[in-house]
Amino acid sequence: MENVAQKVDVHELVSTGGDGQQFLTFMLAGEEYGVDILRVQEIKGWDNVTKIPNTPDYIRGVINLRGTIVPIIDMRLRFGLNFLEYGQTTVVIVLKVNSNSGKSRIMGIIVDGVSDVYNIAKEEMKAAPDFGTAVDTKFVSSMSTVNDKMVILLDIDHMCNSAELSTIDAITE
Amino acid sequence: MSVDMSQFLATFYEESFEGLEIMESELLNLDIGAADSETINTIFRAAHSIKGGSGTFGLTAVASFTHVMETMLDEMRDGRREVSQEAVTILLSAVDVLSEMLTALRDEQPLNHDAIGKAQQDLDSLMAAGNGSADTSVETKTESMPNDSQNITGWKIKFTPHTDMFKCGNDPVRMIRELDGLGDIKVDVDVAKLPELNKLIPEDSYLSWNISLNSPISEHDVREVFAWVEDECDLVISPVTGSGGNNSPELQVDVLESSFNLLAPQGEKLVARFYEELFSRYPQVVPLFKNTTPEKQQIKLLTALKLVVNNLRNPDTLVKALTEMGLRHQEYGAEAGHYDAVASTLIDVMQELAGDKWTTEIETAWKDALTVIAKVMLDSYVPDGQNVATPGMVATAPVGTPQVQVKTAEKRKSGGEASSIRVSIDKVDELINTVGELVITQSMLGQFGEVEDLNNSHLEKMRDGLAQLERNTRELQEAVMRIRMLPISFAFQRFPRLVHDLSAQLGKKVELKMSGEHTELDKTVMEKIGDPLVHLVRNSMDHGIEKPENRVDANKHETGVVHLNAYHQGGNIVIEIIDDGAGLNTEKILAKAKSLGLVTDSENMTEEQIHDLIFNPGFSTADEVSDVSGRGVGMDVVRRNIRSLGGTVDVKSVQGEGSTFTIRLPLTLAILDGQLVRVGSETYIIPLVSIVESVQLDEGKINIVSGRGEVYKLRDEFIPIVRLYHIFSIPFDMNDDERGLLVVVEADGEKIALFVDELLGQQQVVIKSLETNFKKVEGLSGATILGDGTVALILDVKGLFDLNAKVATRPEFVFRSNSEEAGDKGGGNSGVAA
Amino acid sequence: MATILAVDDSASMRQMVTFTLKGAGYEVVEASDGQEALEKAKGQQFNLVISDVNMPVMDGITLIKELRALEEYKFTPMLMLTTESGDDKKTQGKTAGATGWIVKPFNPDQLLATIKKVLD
Repeated sequence: MENVAQKVDVHELVSTGGDGQQFLTFMLAGEEYGVDILRVQEIKGWDNVTKIPNTPDYIRGVINLRGTIVPIIDMRLRFGLNFLEYGQTTVVIVLKVNSNSGKSRIMGIIVDGVSDVYNIAKEEMKAAPDFGTAVDTKFVSSMSTVNDKMVILLDIDHMCNSAELSTIDAITE
Repeated sequence: MSVDMSQFLATFYEESFEGLEIMESELLNLDIGAADSETINTIFRAAHSIKGGSGTFGLTAVASFTHVMETMLDEMRDGRREVSQEAVTILLSAVDVLSEMLTALRDEQPLNHDAIGKAQQDLDSLMAAGNGSADTSVETKTESMPNDSQNITGWKIKFTPHTDMFKCGNDPVRMIRELDGLGDIKVDVDVAKLPELNKLIPEDSYLSWNISLNSPISEHDVREVFAWVEDECDLVISPVTGSGGNNSPELQVDVLESSFNLLAPQGEKLVARFYEELFSRYPQVVPLFKNTTPEKQQIKLLTALKLVVNNLRNPDTLVKALTEMGLRHQEYGAEAGHYDAVASTLIDVMQELAGDKWTTEIETAWKDALTVIAKVMLDSYVPDGQNVATPGMVATAPVGTPQVQVKTAEKRKSGGEASSIRVSIDKVDELINTVGELVITQSMLGQFGEVEDLNNSHLEKMRDGLAQLERNTRELQEAVMRIRMLPISFAFQRFPRLVHDLSAQLGKKVELKMSGEHTELDKTVMEKIGDPLVHLVRNSMDHGIEKPENRVDANKHETGVVHLNAYHQGGNIVIEIIDDGAGLNTEKILAKAKSLGLVTDSENMTEEQIHDLIFNPGFSTADEVSDVSGRGVGMDVVRRNIRSLGGTVDVKSVQGEGSTFTIRLPLTLAILDGQLVRVGSETYIIPLVSIVESVQLDEGKINIVSGRGEVYKLRDEFIPIVRLYHIFSIPFDMNDDERGLLVVVEADGEKIALFVDELLGQQQVVIKSLETNFKKVEGLSGATILGDGTVALILDVKGLFDLNAKVATRPEFVFRSNSEEAGDKGGGNSGVAA
Repeated sequence: MATILAVDDSASMRQMVTFTLKGAGYEVVEASDGQEALEKAKGQQFNLVISDVNMPVMDGITLIKELRALEEYKFTPMLMLTTESGDDKKTQGKTAGATGWIVKPFNPDQLLATIKKVLD
């Protein structure tokens, strides 16, 4: 495929002219995923979490982020992949998630590692096929190709809102 | 210079509402027939301030409404009017109406003219009916317009100040200077009375003056100049008549006529432009034009201008017309400053439209003319209160239509809630001091950061410094918390009125006692506690206190007492609502609970537990649902609201004697005294206020109750055990030999025992919300950040109780530590499987 | 520039008066009742005193009387702010030694014009 996306230095976030978007990409079980860079608040290493009782296993717990309580979600477990022990290279991407009511929350997602920041033009965002990704396609907003690699662009709001904010019967999970 | 009055409005509203509260509470305090003069004075001053301020800040409706109230109160304080029950009642409802008016004006909502009109009527009739001198008559000025029949061109004034004029801070020079500003003057001083220099007392006035003033103004205006010194001087004023000519020699009639004819074709444009400019330069006059339309107003102006110009040669007609116009203008609140604004704007607009045909001569002619016109109109103004045909007009004349356009829904409706707080200077000073000490401690500790090799003496000093830091931080925390604290009297103050009105409504005699009003609590908590308090008081009055006859039958005084009490206890504020009424009827409550299906087995229920049932939804044992309370939706909401503030509400009652509702609230919302506990590898925090006691677990005392899980026999009580690692699904950490601890906690009269592995320390924690970024988790009331930066969860006792009820009876939650228990499984776990 | 003592128990009134006078270049000191005003007047010389009549603790008329008894204020201009339409308050004020009065409600321009008259 034509390589239209350009690689951009993380430290030079130039505003995108035209109708492209910038994405931060990360690795998860060999696949590369991207999230809107404007939603990324920060990237940090793995730290201890405090478990919250009666929550699904992919919600690992909460951490103290400079005085605010932030929930941490393990993406592997979220999508039914094998659990990977946390280590030095484990990364937590802190995201700003918007809910339907307009409220915004801060949440952290645990990923295998951070990749890069890419500028992806709108034309290069293709619809996701119904199969082939670990992630439930309803969380995928589109797909693109960068440097001959497939990048799966995620709909953060949908993904973080669907399960976490719905009331789960804590006992029956 | 034009000052924008709206910047002072916020303060004015605030102090007016305070004033109204004072008026209300003092009116309620008045002893009918033996009214205390200081009390009346206080009420008068409050009304007086509101009237003065509202007039000054342009709220004419309020000013005129308050005027009659003020007059009535003035008469009362002078003893000229009786303080009757009727008067007090009318004044009280006037206070209500005034409060509504101010709220509506502040929030830019329409006024309730019906209510205002009615209250106004009541006040007026009372004033009229009352003591003879009910009118606010003022001596009428003897002259109010230029003497047009004699062609007066000026005045001769003999001004003789009395010897002690200076002692009032007056100086004859000022009067003379002022006269000079009114026209041409010639002054001759008369030194006849001046004594020898050695006999001269510098503080006395010996001089007099003969002044000739060339000016078309009225005698009234001349006297005005000397208004302040009327009683301290001799003043003789005689007119000087000129020869022929116009009443106003300065008016350049020809120039005015020709310039106006020049502009006449653009007449409509002129007036339209005029208003455009006027409103843009002087937005504060916009309200004056509220009861008319732009078209109407422009036509009026144009007509007026034509009238003036056409009658320049008919001074009589002109003056009469201007006088009438003046009176009308006074009605809609036009003041001297406005005339200047109009004049300058009009001239500018005329100049604009005349273009290069405008000359200095034309400008001067119009300037003079408008000055004279303004003067005549202002002279026509009558003293406050007299410019009305009927009383009704006073309230409505300036305000014809609702004051401002309806704003969009986003406009905040109630400005009442918390956006500012009054803090006493002492608290602020304390804060400043504490921060100062903190800074010192910090710099002291900072020094150690520089030291290369820390030795023991350094460490010693560091430890001291850290201890100091801890003290400073705690002091700072307390000082800051205190800033948000206000005495509960703010919440209590609505109750005298409430009880007064409600007792009348219910036909009961109730006396309200209040104590501990100075007890302080957090501002936000106080705002939210208002409604629950009201409900509880209403409840006491409606269901608690009996009718007078019933009370007498029960050997009680016919007047019941509702007592509001507040005090600090531990880290909480306790508010009690105590009544000496009929108390709770245990049987009725039980019956109702059973009929609602809330209770199946009532054998083991204590009376307290039965009483606590009233806090369930849908509960009301009232025989009829009265308007006041009794719809059965109250108590559960009260409890829920109080709980959301982190507090509790309980009831203790003795049938026939009365009931006491006790509300306990944390002193601030965000800080909690907590007991840290370890469960497995997790640390949790239990609010100290919920902890009853802690005991070492003695397995022998554990019993299994079918359908309810484990209970622990503590002395003579059976308390359900809640194993956190079960309901929280935490890996079980203990082996058989270790004993855990039971922390007995309480919520809403119920006790449960929490099984924990270890008690850690106690500390104050700052409550952080879980819901901000996550969601509400049952059993947790929030989280906190410990000293080491990790997050610890705060347990919610009531939530745990509910959770346990769901979990405890499930068969898989078997207890591994005690084989005896395991053997007992059969009996214990025949409960309902999930 | 002259220093003025403004006395009124209404905070909004004080604010407005202070704002207006300061805007015209005068120095202003506020007091919320006659007693406070008297203390301040004793501590500092004012060129003019403007005072409301109805105030708690000490009313305006008493204040003027007290001030006139002080040597430094024998001839200082003192103006009463009053909404009283009756003449008795004005008379009382004059008897106590007031220079003159300003009738409430007044607008800032009227206030300034009157002040200018007495502050030569």
